[in-house]
Amino acid sequence: MFRFILRRLGITVISVLCLTFVVFILTNLDGNLVKLAKFLGSQRMSAEQVDTWLDLNGFNQPDVIRYGEWLGVLPSYQLVQDDGKILGRCTRPGVSLEDTPRYCGIFQGNWGWSVIFREEVDSIIFKRLALTGWLMLYVMLIMVPIALVIGILAGMREGTRTDRTLSTFSIMTTATPEYVSGVLLVALFSSNAVGLKWFKGSAASAMENITFENFTLPVATMALYGMGYIARMTRASMAEVMTSQYIRTARLKGVSFTAIVLKHALRNALIAPFTVIMLQFPWLLTGVVIVETLFNYKGFGWTLVQAASNNDINLLLGCSIIAVIVVLITQLISDIGYVFLNPRIRVS
Amino acid sequence: MERLSYFEIFSQITGHFWPVWIALVVFFIVSYVTRNYTGLYGKLFASPIGLIGLGIVMFWVFTAIFADLIITFDPYGQISGMKNKVPGTPVRGLEGEYYLLGGDRLARDVFSRVVMGSRSVLTIAPAATMFAFMVGIMLGLVAGYLPGKFDTMVSFLANLVLAFPVILLFYLMVSPAIQETGLPTILAAVMFLFPIAFFAVLVNSRLYTQPMKRNIIVGLILLVGFWIYLGLAFDSDPFGVFSMDPNLLNVFVSVVFANSPTIFRIVRSLALEIKTRDYVAAAQTRGEGTWYILLWEILPNARGPLIVDFCLRIGYTTILLGTLGFFGLGVSPESPDWGSTINEGRKILALYPHGAVPPALSLMSLVLGLNLLADGLREQSLKD
Repeated sequence: MFRFILRRLGITVISVLCLTFVVFILTNLDGNLVKLAKFLGSQRMSAEQVDTWLDLNGFNQPDVIRYGEWLGVLPSYQLVQDDGKILGRCTRPGVSLEDTPRYCGIFQGNWGWSVIFREEVDSIIFKRLALTGWLMLYVMLIMVPIALVIGILAGMREGTRTDRTLSTFSIMTTATPEYVSGVLLVALFSSNAVGLKWFKGSAASAMENITFENFTLPVATMALYGMGYIARMTRASMAEVMTSQYIRTARLKGVSFTAIVLKHALRNALIAPFTVIMLQFPWLLTGVVIVETLFNYKGFGWTLVQAASNNDINLLLGCSIIAVIVVLITQLISDIGYVFLNPRIRVS
Repeated sequence: MERLSYFEIFSQITGHFWPVWIALVVFFIVSYVTRNYTGLYGKLFASPIGLIGLGIVMFWVFTAIFADLIITFDPYGQISGMKNKVPGTPVRGLEGEYYLLGGDRLARDVFSRVVMGSRSVLTIAPAATMFAFMVGIMLGLVAGYLPGKFDTMVSFLANLVLAFPVILLFYLMVSPAIQETGLPTILAAVMFLFPIAFFAVLVNSRLYTQPMKRNIIVGLILLVGFWIYLGLAFDSDPFGVFSMDPNLLNVFVSVVFANSPTIFRIVRSLALEIKTRDYVAAAQTRGEGTWYILLWEILPNARGPLIVDFCLRIGYTTILLGTLGFFGLGVSPESPDWGSTINEGRKILALYPHGAVPPALSLMSLVLGLNLLADGLREQSLKD
């Protein structure tokens, strides 16, 4: 078991390195660097001036070396100009050469400088992540219990009218992506045309103060799309368990239906949905991006869109490393958890 | 002239869809009569859920085919004074003509745009899914059937792509700097090879014993395949028949790239299971080639789950395309495809929801139809 976890951890680390390297290459393409140079230097720089600027600031080194610098395993590029100005990725205005660290990458806690927000990337990301954390928390609190209840009720008696109704509901929610349900919910509950105006169509005020009025629509939008999928998985798993031998034995020895469902079926039926719920996280990430854009909630997803559309290299790299790590860790937990929960699987 | 009531709007829209209704009736009569000869598809008539799904999907397919007959106005045309007008507003100066679902931010007819949008959605989504399936099937079969280095490597790569946030992938793929490097074209060049390879190998392994016939058919496949390939991937078709807008190529490549790892995993696990069957062992004993076993023994026996997944995946691809449009990364900002239209409409959602709601409902119904169809097919294929 220990070796299994260790091996999975190793693969996860390799995957993180590979993916961040790919993102690093893709965000540091020549075209992007030219744009960066013009943004930080001057808009009217000629091609040669841009090249000199990139040379002076160390952007023209090979990608592998710059990736190493970004990670913090290679000493960073530094150049002291004649007038005493220090150039390089570790330098900050007003810090002397002696105080400038040699290594400054992710490992040293230096995520770089965001050019659009004019702030350190890590402080932006963790601030935004906290906001998204609240959103995710509420989504999970709403989505998971409802989905499990729907799935269990539907799978408990397969083929009945309850099952048909609940299954159709689940299919409908999986067919409604966030940008569709979001638009429909806003049109229904907060537009002038319908006039219900129960909730707010923007969650911008929820960043300071979460209220029922401003947070219901974003949470409902996200929860709806994920709910159907979990419910269907739970239903399939529950239906399978209900046909197994030990359930029949329990029925034959006279255990009541409620007791069978609660004591015998439920535990076994929840193993598969656990994996699905964990694997739902990466999916929620796309949802987070859509919902935060739609409802103007300035969390992690919103930041990612800003970084990507404005080509803020350091911020985009920071966002992607977080996203990739979240995805890989949930995969890891789901794999390990599945082995722990399911006594039929033995890992040697 | 007065605004139409909601009932009148409904009846007028229903009327405009006349080619679709006729086509649907003909389609269902033909399908019902021939149901005993069409295998899994014919069995769908025993599943009400599947039939409803099929009905919705075919409704949109026929809408896409007959879009030119259905639209009431030019989907790109702007008529002054119709900006953000509510559904059923009469068009000034034209007797008896209405903006049935209102006008959008640029005074274009929402109804015509939604109808025309079905065309772009229904050509890109199935085609992209098809290509993703070709890639996934070719790699998945080999990886599942022959365990070893290739399997380990491709599985690792597939997991990498799966761990990559889709939304980030899209943002990176459509950025102008990446287009300058030609990466989408390279990806397209690699991925578009798979269908040609698939059909060539498929025929070659089957007709291996009849060299004359094989040479002709494989030759034809390669000829036509590379002709289309040159046009689609490099936009250099010598006859100018096949070509692809660079933006569309980008979208297409990103969608295929994001979809194929999942299909690869499904096909791989199916191949792993099916290769232990007796008929595979029999084929091996007969001395059949590897490709014959993969494409003519394993693949046909994996068709049930693959057909079901194909339906589901077209729906998922439609959602992905919509997502791209929603972030303004779609084919072109002018395009009437549903994602872009939703994106256009959401900015004024609180004031004028009629711009975004029709495309949203259309997209939802199409995906719902595909999901129901997949459910029906799954139910029927499990009955065997």
